[in-house]
Amino acid sequence: MSLLEVKNLQVRVEEREILHGLSLTVNPGEVHAIMGPNGSGKSTLSHVIAGKPGYDVTGGEILFKGEDLLEMSPDQRSAKGVFLAFQYPVEIPGVATMTFLRTALNAQRKARGESEFSTPDFLKKVRSVAASLNIPQDMLRRGVNVGFSGGEKKRNEILQMALFEPSLCILDEMDSGLDIDALRVAADGVNALRSPERAMVVITHYQRLLNYIVPDFVHVMSKGRVVKSGGKELALELEASGYAQFEDAA
Amino acid sequence: MAAVQETVDRVRRIDVDQYRYGFETLIESDKAPKGLSEDTVRFISAKKNEPAWMLEWRLEAYRRWLTMTEPTWARVHYPKIDYQDLYYYSAPKPKKQIGSLDEIDPEILKTYEKLGIPLREVEVLEGVVRPEGERRIAVDAVFDSVSVATTFQKELKQAGVIFMPISEAIREHPELVRKYLGTVVPTSDNYFATLNSAVFSDGSFVYVPPGVRCPMELSTYFRINERNTGQFERTLIIADKGAYVSYLEGCTAPQRDENQLHAAVVELVTLDDAEIKYSTVQNWYPGNSEGLGGIYNFVTKRGDCRGNNSKISWTQVETGSAITWKYPSCILRGDNSRGEFYSIAISNGHQQVDSGTKMIHLGKNTTSRIISKGIAAGVSQNTYRGLVTAHRKATGARNFTACDSLLIGDKCGAHTVPYIEAKNSSALFEHEATTSKISEDVLFYCVQRGLSQEEAVGLVVNGFVKDVLQQLPMEFAVEAQKLISISLEGSVG
Repeated sequence: MSLLEVKNLQVRVEEREILHGLSLTVNPGEVHAIMGPNGSGKSTLSHVIAGKPGYDVTGGEILFKGEDLLEMSPDQRSAKGVFLAFQYPVEIPGVATMTFLRTALNAQRKARGESEFSTPDFLKKVRSVAASLNIPQDMLRRGVNVGFSGGEKKRNEILQMALFEPSLCILDEMDSGLDIDALRVAADGVNALRSPERAMVVITHYQRLLNYIVPDFVHVMSKGRVVKSGGKELALELEASGYAQFEDAA
Repeated sequence: MAAVQETVDRVRRIDVDQYRYGFETLIESDKAPKGLSEDTVRFISAKKNEPAWMLEWRLEAYRRWLTMTEPTWARVHYPKIDYQDLYYYSAPKPKKQIGSLDEIDPEILKTYEKLGIPLREVEVLEGVVRPEGERRIAVDAVFDSVSVATTFQKELKQAGVIFMPISEAIREHPELVRKYLGTVVPTSDNYFATLNSAVFSDGSFVYVPPGVRCPMELSTYFRINERNTGQFERTLIIADKGAYVSYLEGCTAPQRDENQLHAAVVELVTLDDAEIKYSTVQNWYPGNSEGLGGIYNFVTKRGDCRGNNSKISWTQVETGSAITWKYPSCILRGDNSRGEFYSIAISNGHQQVDSGTKMIHLGKNTTSRIISKGIAAGVSQNTYRGLVTAHRKATGARNFTACDSLLIGDKCGAHTVPYIEAKNSSALFEHEATTSKISEDVLFYCVQRGLSQEEAVGLVVNGFVKDVLQQLPMEFAVEAQKLISISLEGSVG
């Protein structure tokens, strides 16, 4: 069974159709890159999978582990194993990162009928993951993303990904706002999480990110559809010739 | 907008009808005849076996009250109160003279148990081991109009601290009561305070002698039970030279369709080098989702830093009442004295809050700090009203004020009305204010990480009020945090 099946998905935002029948199949262990110009519907796809309010699904379906994802609330999707790493992670003043991590992790575990983590177990787990991502303890005591640099915010997303152990990770424009060193640290963190059980969907404008996170499949989106799919070499091809060639195809 | 919409919908459905403290206790009570007259005042005074001077004091207040009119400047709206349609005194009917806790009506004890008030000292007597670090709290519980029990009397006595119902203090410590009562909030102060002076039935009295640090937190629990009663409690706390006391009050009432009046007066006095920390968790019944019922909370609270280097700190968590009209204030009379006001005011459903503080700088080098966090949801209105003033002799006065408002949904309102007057050119007053709406993106981020919509709102709001929560004594901070989540649960999340 596929992990994620998006079938003929049609999505509107305030009467305007953004996705016109998009299909995508992702199996466990695979890394898919979704590329395309601004406004092609990449972020819309990620938001609809995660359940962000404000999108109107007018046709098609999304199955996750064989279940109808669109029937689930965003927190249920999260507990089932859908993780969306935000392009612009939000700030939550007054809520310590550590508190947030624990509240979220325990909420997910509770929804799955699992026991909550004890404090020592939780701290141990966070510390070891944080160390591997170069995240200082001080950052965990600060408010969620408050005063974090671009790189710190992205590392905080990857930290959560490592803690929550989702089966599907969607990375929305992970490279935006990162310099090359920060990008490398983030990509290393993501690569460490690749496993035969876990799939990733990497959304990006640029081929650059795919030098660090090497995908198994590349899909090109244009005007709300996947217009071409191929292996990792497709990304290089795009880098050379640009997106213009697909404008007509769409 | 959908997540916010969902929150808004939930707010609309708000069952404040889920108010958790809305039970009624069935006990016999002893009431004064309905209505207000000199006879009512005499009745109350006689019930309390008061000395003549006290009755005179009350009658003077009553006569003054007759000449006054109800204030209308606050941003709150309510139908005219018929002061003749209220009971001004209601006491649980005593079966006999109460000598110890065991003789209190078991129904009342059960009520306090439901509320989680540690009234009984049984635990201590039985030698129950408490978790390390947990402080003990002495409680004075006021049920409708009378104080039913004050715990830890012996231990406090050893330290020289007087903590007793004010009705007892009037009889047992008349010299102290006469010296301080009405010196911070005079009988002529305002409509509601004057009414209170005439008909107050009970409340707490605390005196901490020079140099004594009160060995435990003191606490009063107020509960309005009886139908159509007003609760008019009077609290007077004096910290003599170099003394320290931390005091907490909590309040609940049963659910009723009619509005109930609560007009309390609290007076605090600190002499040289003394400090009083006064914390309130106010959770009176707020009315139902249609705006029916609920407590009218018209309260006058004021502290007088009478001595040099003295300090008064108010912390309040206001989540209940249909209407809150309350401005805990500090008169900074002594040189180098300091006043603080930390407030969390949550309004939801049809609640109306008009609350804030007054910092009146009279002495030299006096400082004050105001941190106010207002959260409005439903169709509620939440107003911060504050006055910071420096007298012309108040050289070196300093104030810092920060007022932040958070809006949940688009049917509620937050208002900030600061008054600043500096009559001394060396005064330095800073005022910061922000208003924000709970962000759709923040909520989505939280639910994407597995939190339910309700948990997300609770988390964001608790983050918003964190600076103030930290001011509460530890045990109460945890309580207050839960209370905030609960009041936003029916209301928001």
